[in-house]
Amino acid sequence: MDNTLDTLKRGERAIIIDVSSHLIPLKLLEMGCLPGNSVELVQVAPFSDPLYLNINGSHLAIRKETAIHIIIEKQV
Amino acid sequence: MSKQINIALIGNPNTGKTSVFNALTGLNQKVGNYPGITVEKKEGICKLPRGVKAHIIDLPGTYSLNASSLDENVVIELLLNKNDKDFPDVAVVVSDVENLKRNLLLFTQIKDLEIPTILVINMADRMKYKGISLDIEHLEQELKTKIAVISTRKNEGIDNLKLLISNYRDLSTTPCLNASEIDTDYFDKLRQAFPSQLLYKLWLVITQDVNFGKMDRNEVEALASFKTKSKSDLKRLQQKETIKRYQFINNTLKKGQTIDASQAKDLRTKFDRILTHKVWGYLIFFLILLLIFQAIYDWSTIPMDFIDGVFASLSDWVKNTLPEGAFTNLLAEGIISGLGGIVIFIPQIAFLFLFIAILEETGYMSRVVFLMDRVMRRFGLSGKSIVPLISGTACAIPAIMATRNIESWKERLITILVTPFTTCSARLPVYLIIIALVIPEGRFLGLSYQALTLMLLYLLGFGAAVISAYILNKVLKIKSKTFFVVEMPNYKLPLFKNVAITVLEKTKSFVFGAGKIILAISIILWFLASYGPGDAFNDAENIVKTEYASQNLNEEELNQKIASQKLEHSFIGIAGHAIEPVIRPLGYDWKIGIAIVSSFAAREVFVGTLATIYSVGNDDEDTIKNRMAGEVNPILGGPLFNFASGISLLLFYAFAMQCMSTLAVVKKETNTWKWPTLQLVIMTAIAYISALIAYQFLK
Repeated sequence: MDNTLDTLKRGERAIIIDVSSHLIPLKLLEMGCLPGNSVELVQVAPFSDPLYLNINGSHLAIRKETAIHIIIEKQV
Repeated sequence: MSKQINIALIGNPNTGKTSVFNALTGLNQKVGNYPGITVEKKEGICKLPRGVKAHIIDLPGTYSLNASSLDENVVIELLLNKNDKDFPDVAVVVSDVENLKRNLLLFTQIKDLEIPTILVINMADRMKYKGISLDIEHLEQELKTKIAVISTRKNEGIDNLKLLISNYRDLSTTPCLNASEIDTDYFDKLRQAFPSQLLYKLWLVITQDVNFGKMDRNEVEALASFKTKSKSDLKRLQQKETIKRYQFINNTLKKGQTIDASQAKDLRTKFDRILTHKVWGYLIFFLILLLIFQAIYDWSTIPMDFIDGVFASLSDWVKNTLPEGAFTNLLAEGIISGLGGIVIFIPQIAFLFLFIAILEETGYMSRVVFLMDRVMRRFGLSGKSIVPLISGTACAIPAIMATRNIESWKERLITILVTPFTTCSARLPVYLIIIALVIPEGRFLGLSYQALTLMLLYLLGFGAAVISAYILNKVLKIKSKTFFVVEMPNYKLPLFKNVAITVLEKTKSFVFGAGKIILAISIILWFLASYGPGDAFNDAENIVKTEYASQNLNEEELNQKIASQKLEHSFIGIAGHAIEPVIRPLGYDWKIGIAIVSSFAAREVFVGTLATIYSVGNDDEDTIKNRMAGEVNPILGGPLFNFASGISLLLFYAFAMQCMSTLAVVKKETNTWKWPTLQLVIMTAIAYISALIAYQFLK
């Protein structure tokens, strides 16, 4: 089953499968958050929000409420 | 006359675009505003080979040509308007070698506008650490451009960039991909409707929410013989466009860039592990803040005492050297004292801007945003609010402008409304002089009481900001989409040149901006204090002489009595007495009242005003502080500036909204007088009430 980005644990990697584009800011897409790209959870802030990610080589932080709209497939 | 060419520097944030700008222009730059909006406009002049002069604009950083803020809008508006006098002959796109993939997105968009474009790959010195190698020839061919690989840190490749710019006529203007393929049908119709316009330009105009001056979106829609798509359809197309661009970029980089990960040294991970740690992260942040306050208080006292002394003796020198008369008095008592009141806090402003510049340059600020987001959200703020709240300690004006990158309107509005509570540098001279007068010397755990009081005042300002944010969050009924995207840039050693130029520029504009107001107010005050209506003022000498005839005063004492009689019955004295009933419960006399009234223009006027008032008719060479310490409470006796009235004044200045420029900026940013008016009324009410309570309890 596919997971959403917020289920990723620290240090885990995944591939982005789909993004609900109407719920995701365009800016995030432009920073590389697109289907097919890799994503790694670098760090989690206290209270497990926001998430510090490495998407396709770009380092950025987003909130959990955004992350739940990004579908991923975990890599082993 | 040699021809001058226009260059626009464009790039993502954190690519070192400003370093490139500094490297090209040196100190040959000026900072202004775009007409009508408060976006900073940086321009400079650069000399190119063969005597060509280039006018360079450093455009605000943006990730793409799809604007989501006023700053980014400036970029598109310039690039779409061929008639703009700044329209670039060459666009120089600055990219960072480590984020080439993302940076190229913006590059391909600019190429679609068919503007001659040069690609700068900056931070070449990092290639070795990251195991990156580039096939420049291949990249130039694929991207249809010329590439300058440079390192502003090592000052390498700048001459080559200048050479490329001067040969701008050779640059290709062919786009590197065909974006209209994402929906050929739609784009064909668009082309038919507007045959004379550039297709990508039309697409940008249709998709942006912003206005485009001459080429308005409505115009396109009204004229169109085709149906525009719905908003969500457009967004889907924009996503498709973005995917298409990344496909092209990925293909290009597959051959043009090789990364040997085994060579990469990862400092980022090591630093992040500590700096974003749930305990150490906060502790380090707190220690950094503590260091900043100790520095501002302790390190800057030496230059400040020096400046205070210089102005006191300068005023004295003018009085003794120039021929006696109204002009000499105006110069010595009005202008020099007033100027001294502003020059004196240059050291502190410089320190503040220095620290803020370093925090930004190193990339640390983003980590603070990351750490604080969750906490700040409880109070209706965003993690990004931390940047305005910290830079608000320098000045609320740039801080309020810095709220633009907060995506949610509600979070942004709340940040704008509460930022003026943070202790800006204009409050510092007031705090410093009052603290020096009423807080005893001595140390607690190695920190001086006075420094601790200052720290408390900063915390108080911050606390007031956070609490009012919490209340506003509950009260304001605004629904707005919230999202939060923040780039976490690489850690970098700050470039000395960048930091130095920032500190210099900000200090200069602050001093000259505030200086003009202070100078004007000082001169007005001097006139109001030196002239008055009726006999009580004009016949002061005789009145005093008659009154004290029996007391056998010597000449000096008599002169002082005359001076104070005159001041009391001058225009300003009358005004001060008129408001005295309102401020007496706070522990102030009419002289402080005048200072408070005049500092509604700008807080820092307070010290200057008192300096002007106390020096009118006072011949002694003395510092402002000593004059204030000598003031006696006319009713209760004892020093006027005692613990109770001092604390009351500190609280008043901590909370009151006394800055016209801030109100003007808030009006500009919120587009209505409603919010600045609310700020003015509520903050002043809080200030009055807390000062009242403090004085009544402590006296």
